Amino acid sequence: MLPEQRDSITNTFLVTLVLCVVCSLLVSTAAVALKDMQGKNKLLDRQKNIVEAAGLSTGSGELNAKEITDMFTDGTIEPKVVDLQTGEYVTDTAIASDSFDERKAAKDESMNAVIDASKFRIGIEKREKYTWVYLVKDKQGELKQVILPIYGKGLWSTMYGFVALNGDLKTISGLTYYEHGETPGLGGEVDNPKWKKQWHGKQVWRGESTDAMLAVGVAKGIATTENLPYMVDGLSGATITSRGVDRMIKYWFSSDAFGPYIENLAAQKGDSHVSTNP
Amino acid sequence: MLAPTPKQVLIDPVVNNNPITLQVLGVCSALAVTTQLSTALVMCIAVTLVTAFSSAAIAALRNYIPSSIRMIVQMVVIASLVIVVDQILKAYFFPISKTMSVFVGLIITNCIVMGRAEGFAMKNTAWMSFLDGIGNGLGYSAVLMLVAFVRELFGSGSLFGFPILAKVTEGGWYMPNGLLLLSPSAFFLIGILIWIVRTLKPSQVEEA
Amino acid sequence: MTIHSFEHYLSLFLTSVFIENMALAFFLGMCTFIAISKNIKTAIGLGIAVTVVQTITVPANNLLYQYLLSEGALAKTLGPSFGSVDLSFLGFISYIGVIAAIVQILELVLDRFFPALYNALGIFLPLITVNCAILAGSLFMDQRGYDLGESVVYGLGSGFGWALAIIALAAVKEKLRYSNIPVGLRGLGITFITVGLIAMAFMAFSGIQL
Repeated sequence: MLPEQRDSITNTFLVTLVLCVVCSLLVSTAAVALKDMQGKNKLLDRQKNIVEAAGLSTGSGELNAKEITDMFTDGTIEPKVVDLQTGEYVTDTAIASDSFDERKAAKDESMNAVIDASKFRIGIEKREKYTWVYLVKDKQGELKQVILPIYGKGLWSTMYGFVALNGDLKTISGLTYYEHGETPGLGGEVDNPKWKKQWHGKQVWRGESTDAMLAVGVAKGIATTENLPYMVDGLSGATITSRGVDRMIKYWFSSDAFGPYIENLAAQKGDSHVSTNP
Repeated sequence: MLAPTPKQVLIDPVVNNNPITLQVLGVCSALAVTTQLSTALVMCIAVTLVTAFSSAAIAALRNYIPSSIRMIVQMVVIASLVIVVDQILKAYFFPISKTMSVFVGLIITNCIVMGRAEGFAMKNTAWMSFLDGIGNGLGYSAVLMLVAFVRELFGSGSLFGFPILAKVTEGGWYMPNGLLLLSPSAFFLIGILIWIVRTLKPSQVEEA
Repeated sequence: MTIHSFEHYLSLFLTSVFIENMALAFFLGMCTFIAISKNIKTAIGLGIAVTVVQTITVPANNLLYQYLLSEGALAKTLGPSFGSVDLSFLGFISYIGVIAAIVQILELVLDRFFPALYNALGIFLPLITVNCAILAGSLFMDQRGYDLGESVVYGLGSGFGWALAIIALAAVKEKLRYSNIPVGLRGLGITFITVGLIAMAFMAFSGIQL
């Protein structure tokens, strides 16, 4: 094409139009065609993390995708949406649908609540009013574990994880962070299996019934004999990450977060248990 | 000047005219995604393909693009290709796409892609431009893989996720060099790499 | 629009300037960074230009994200029947388009009202369009879901952080002119090592909690 033709206004419009149409088609086709697959991936990723937090994946090595999704359909793991303030399950299907996204809710003014920063310094201003919990049951339908999502600020990033509460509703059976940007080798050691193992069996509250005080956490340095039933060792060289984890786990078990829900579960079991004093 | 042969176009950018060490293009991602070999590899493939195909597309269109919208047209072509790559990654390589996060999108502003589109594709045929894209992609990949190799091996004790050096935190003997997993190390490594290349090839040394 | 506490904005600003510095922690905008940091005056000019562009583009793209691209965004602009449309995949191309347009407009404005500055910046202004740091600012805004207020602060902070880094580098390079650098390291090589050292220094800012 001659330069005069090429630079003409008609040609400019034509090229622009054709380019826009072709590129839009290309991009939209890719996006729409792959959307399902991407959705599946996201869901599977999250489900894998829950299964890992529940400690269900360590039996026979890595579980494949089908085994994981099956757990969520055959009743082994039952997701439910909880109202954090009341501790009751949400019955309103407009909120408690399969696609409820708790992270979006945390940013939505109509669905979030303020975290009192003078009492709870987890580096997060607002948290969602409703969130997912995952009930892990055995073949007889007995509640074996409750998986609770937790998050809070570490040093570099907001750390997202799951804490697995034992069916006795008093001890922890596991803690896993599935998303964080902490320093590899230091704060990143939250992923170290040795450190994670320390959480098994830690008691959340010290004392009984209405005298129970929240005691679970991360110690400064090595946990003392007195604190050993409740605390894990701090991560060496990762003071701020450790502090973040400590504050986070204390917050989410408090009466401002999952406290009411756990009390309800305990009452259902007939336990006059856990006060949720921070 | 004689037109470059396909072989020259493919091989030159690996050492003689390396986009990172000589042309100073595409440096950003070279530093960011090289903590692990797997992310580096995905980045290399993505950049190589995007450069090759966008250069080819732009070369094919070069006689029709009005000069007033030249840069925008290049950007639209490149951006569209990157979106497609990003969608594919999210669908088939989800864990890796999570690690790479915004850096996939940043391929759009990767100077190599734009640089070759403007500097080569506008003046050469589609086939040659495609090869030039592959060649520069290879040069880019060489640097990335080398840096990632050092960083992952000595920073995490592994290669592609397979443990090679048993780490102290897992009961082994190797104390991983944490610095290599942090940003400044990538700068040092590339600086040293440039030093080595320029000592071996004095023609690349800048005038004082 | 939610108004956060002053501390929140201050913390965001300081984090984006020192702890998550665009150039030193994420290596963004490196090409221009390394090529242009030869003397302090040009570095300052470029730094200011980048800060201004960043402060305008991140909020502009945020509006685009909130009212056009994100899932359900079209419900706000065109009515509830569009609530399920998710155009977030068009993010890349929309943001870069907005950036190119804003840079072009800025060029025209400078040429008309501030010709001295326009001449000083010269070729750098169009180069800002392809500066990864600018696009990254918008991409991080998208990924982290900032609101409008946070976008302004983040744009200002990330731009300023980048400017700070490039000015520091230019200052060091000017002094290096009198040093005896090995032949192979001259120019590009020593620049990389210098940036690495400055990056290490900035890491000292991590751990500051407001």
